[in-house]
Amino acid sequence: MTAVSRTVPTSLSGIANRRGQPPPSIDAPVKIGVDGLDFYYGEKRALDGISIQIRTNLVTAFIGPSGCGKSTFLRTLNRMNDIIPGTRVDGTVLIDGQSIYDSGVDVVQLRRKVGMVFQKSNPFPKSIFENIAYGLRINGLTKTKAELADRVEESLRQAAIWDEVKDRLHESALALSGGQQQRLCIARALAIKPEILLMDEPASALDPIATQRIEELIYELKKSYTIVIVTHNMQQAARVSDFTAFFWLGRLVEFDRTDKIFTAPAEKLTEDYVTGRCG
Amino acid sequence: MERVFRHFQEELDGMKDRLLAMGGLAEERVRESVRGLMEREHSALDGVLAGDEPINDLHMEVDDRCFKLLALHQPMAADLRVIVAAVKINTDLERVGDLAVNIAEAGKRYLQHAPVKPLIDIPRMGELAQRMLRDALDAFVRRDMALAEAVLAADDTLDALKTQIFRELLTYMLQAPETIEPALDLILISRHLERIGDHATNVAEDVIFILSARDVRHHQTDTSWRDPASS
Repeated sequence: MTAVSRTVPTSLSGIANRRGQPPPSIDAPVKIGVDGLDFYYGEKRALDGISIQIRTNLVTAFIGPSGCGKSTFLRTLNRMNDIIPGTRVDGTVLIDGQSIYDSGVDVVQLRRKVGMVFQKSNPFPKSIFENIAYGLRINGLTKTKAELADRVEESLRQAAIWDEVKDRLHESALALSGGQQQRLCIARALAIKPEILLMDEPASALDPIATQRIEELIYELKKSYTIVIVTHNMQQAARVSDFTAFFWLGRLVEFDRTDKIFTAPAEKLTEDYVTGRCG
Repeated sequence: MERVFRHFQEELDGMKDRLLAMGGLAEERVRESVRGLMEREHSALDGVLAGDEPINDLHMEVDDRCFKLLALHQPMAADLRVIVAAVKINTDLERVGDLAVNIAEAGKRYLQHAPVKPLIDIPRMGELAQRMLRDALDAFVRRDMALAEAVLAADDTLDALKTQIFRELLTYMLQAPETIEPALDLILISRHLERIGDHATNVAEDVIFILSARDVRHHQTDTSWRDPASS
């Protein structure tokens, strides 16, 4: 294994300036700080010494071949792996400086703060309105019916699906297309106002137009949320993310600005992967 | 995955082969134009003047291949750099072909007059410009960073020779006005050879970009190849 590059680079001059766009601010505060994270499924170590700093209001993409640990790592960020028996975590994950694996941490609160969208859209078998309203009600986040309706509309607008569903809010969510269902799930995740959005291959089951909508949505959402996305599609990682982390056999091989990873990666293994020579 | 990759690699190799064929043609045309001038061989110069078409065809073919590689394979990292660089190298080589035509044109005019003087620095420039071009293309083929950097360093010598030729011919023109017309053609030829060196330099800079992702154009990031005494 080649040397592991884990720190955010400090030099930002160059490429981004030349193409006329401001570079993503390197000074953005760290939202998620991970240090020396190991993860085990029983005896099998799935993640090996992951250290990474994920910055606020930027999009960070995780890439790597199947089984490299990127989805497992994503799920450690809101303790979604806790529900899998026989798993164990070592190392620290800090969100806003607070350790999320401390014994006193309320996992439900954590997952409110760190929302998640999955590969396969999974709307509840209820109406479009109820899909959004459900989480708000059980968390007691709204006081009146009017407030609830406002919050549903706001979430659907944020997820860029309001115009398509506003006239059929009380129809079944299952009647929506795959792309619409996925945006509905994003709206559902946004409704409870998380600060971080984890997306596990959110567009891999969608056609190119629906994929483009999701990607545009990610671009809009990063103004308000810190987004971490796992994707098998390298072009997608290149299009939507500011930083990219490349995983290989449970290790973080390289973490750098996305333009650097896809034009001039530092590690040979990353180069081989992004050019299709391995993986 | 592997099959797709092999397909891409074949297409990429095919594009590189055509680019090198173009480089070979451009080199040959420069050699013939300088030889025609030196040996006062009209037929060689006529051959250069008449034979621009294959290089123009290759120019369009290589651009088309690069365009399709980018559109169909969406290459990344080193593959992306090599294709973007190939588009630029392609333009440089086509310009070298045009400059060979310009040399042949000036050579034809020059040969209509009595020789101004024995030609010493022009063939030197010709050899150096051809060597720079050949080395830049060899550096591309062999992925040889040191050779590419040597091409950059040679450009100063070529510039110095051009300046020297101008100064020398100026004295001839001042002394004997009838030499003005042929001397101007020699000055033009030295200018064309110097431009060929510039294009070879561009190719070498692109090779450095392919190999290291460093952009050394306009002396922005790395001038270590330059002799400190000359700057």
